Amino acid sequence: MIKFEQVSKVYSGSHQALQKVDFHLQQGEMAFLTGHSGAGKSTLLKLISLLERPSDGKIYLNGNDISQVSRRHVPYLRRHIGIIFQDHRLLMDKTVFENVALPLVIEGYGRSEIERRVMAALDKVGLSDKAFCVPVHLSGGEQQRVGIARAVVNKPPLLLADEPTGNLDPKLSTEILKLFEAFNSVGVSVLIATHDLGLIAKMRYRTLTLRNGKMSSDGLLGGSYA
Amino acid sequence: MLNILGSSPRIAKVPWYKRFLMYWVNHFQQAVGSLGELWRTPMASLMTMAVLGISLALPASFHLLLKNAERVTASWDNAAEVSLFLQPGLSEKTTQNFIQRISLYSEVEAVTYISKEQAIVEFREMSGFGNALDFLDENPLPAVVQVTPKPQHASPAGAKLLLAKLQQEKEVEQGKLDIEWLERLHGMISLVVDSVVAIAFLLLASVLLIVGNTIRLNILNRRSEIEVMKLVGATDAFIHRPFLYTGLWYGLIGGMIAWVLTSSLVLWMESAVIRVAGLYQSDFRLLGLSLAEFVFMLGLASLLGLVSSYITVKRHIHLIEP
Ligand SMILES: Nc1ncnc2c1ncn2[C@@H]1O[C@H](COP(=O)(O)OP(=O)(O)O)[C@@H](O)[C@H]1O
Ligand SMILES: [Mg+2]
Repeated sequence: MIKFEQVSKVYSGSHQALQKVDFHLQQGEMAFLTGHSGAGKSTLLKLISLLERPSDGKIYLNGNDISQVSRRHVPYLRRHIGIIFQDHRLLMDKTVFENVALPLVIEGYGRSEIERRVMAALDKVGLSDKAFCVPVHLSGGEQQRVGIARAVVNKPPLLLADEPTGNLDPKLSTEILKLFEAFNSVGVSVLIATHDLGLIAKMRYRTLTLRNGKMSSDGLLGGSYA
Repeated sequence: MLNILGSSPRIAKVPWYKRFLMYWVNHFQQAVGSLGELWRTPMASLMTMAVLGISLALPASFHLLLKNAERVTASWDNAAEVSLFLQPGLSEKTTQNFIQRISLYSEVEAVTYISKEQAIVEFREMSGFGNALDFLDENPLPAVVQVTPKPQHASPAGAKLLLAKLQQEKEVEQGKLDIEWLERLHGMISLVVDSVVAIAFLLLASVLLIVGNTIRLNILNRRSEIEVMKLVGATDAFIHRPFLYTGLWYGLIGGMIAWVLTSSLVLWMESAVIRVAGLYQSDFRLLGLSLAEFVFMLGLASLLGLVSSYITVKRHIHLIEP
């Protein structure tokens, strides 16, 4: 699904954020991406969704070299990736329904189809009764679930999440991760960046660890935190 | 599972005919939506549209002024009459032949013949020198033929051409055209036209800048919304659309304001002119904007709004990256 080959990223006027990173996430796989603050987790996710371009190396999505994707085609690529942010990135003056419907409106779905899919997505994240609230009236956990509903509403094959539980207490964090597990169980590839090692230990999934922009370990973080 | 990129990045998840239909439904929704957006900042929107309206009303009013002035001076153009003084000693027959011949000129509207005898009678009546003429042995006045050009040849330049042509005739001793004042008038009018055109261009340029600036502020206000749209895969064109509609609305409504302003000005001027000229009895009317001119003004205003928002949107939305 995602393959990095010797990928480096240097921001202008800054040190190297990523150095010769290699990894391969299989189709239908779920993995965590961890590391200290500033290790390069967000940068790695941004490279996949073409929010940033690599300085060196190659990135493949489903076998396609995404450095070949022109600026004009970036929006079409993003429609196949569901992205979830720590700060939700919701439109605060629009209802929950309108927020979740946004990717579908952009893709030109019809009204009844939009309604059906949005309600299905909200149902999955347990927010069917909040469809016509505005996000400001929701709790942090609920806002994060709206963000997840928006990311999955057009059924992308790949979900990327950057610190999705960053502002949540452990109980809510576990609920959010259960949601990701549910999507993964129906074949969606999931990559979650987090520095919450306790959470990772509970879930027992493949874990990619970054240290100062280098991939320092790749595998199960076995036992020690359990 | 879907191939993320496939051969074409535009994977048709939605059939084309639905996509096509929804494209227009979206357009309509965005058009109405951006009209609603204007109400969110009523003062700023109204100011922009008012400035647009005033900027368009000024050249439009100048245009009306010229149109009415031209209508009045059109009647004066008939004063461009050519007087031909005939050779002395022409026989009656030759003279009649000559008149016959020049009446057939395509430029000529009418020909009036004033014989030597008629000329002297007129002269006696018009001047106070009637008695003086009795002392002369013979009539000193030449026969005169007055030629009125057709309206399309009545301009100073056209009348001059006609005069030159008529002077070629062997029966003509001398031709005369009193058009100096007419030339001056036409010169003044074209000077006014030139300055109005220059002012109009400056005003239209300021309209471009004003609408562009308002749209730019709109874009900055909605920066985070634009970022989110880009994050979930909106194309630039999709993000541009509401702003383009906003520009179109500014233009259209500004155009209507300009029309209201110009029409009020015409009404006000009309009553003022009637009062000054004491024309209560006549059915004097100032010409207002015709339907074609009204449509042209709205079209131009909308086009200006659209073009300036397009230029702004092209530049600024490109710069916003999530
Ligand atoms: N837009 C940017 N411009 C310059 N430097 C950046 C930018 N984004 C991140 N960095 C730097 O790159 C490094 C990695 O950052 P990031 O990927 O955000 O780490 P993490 O998400 O693991 O905390 C940090 O040193 C950070 O300061
Ligand atoms: Mg980060």
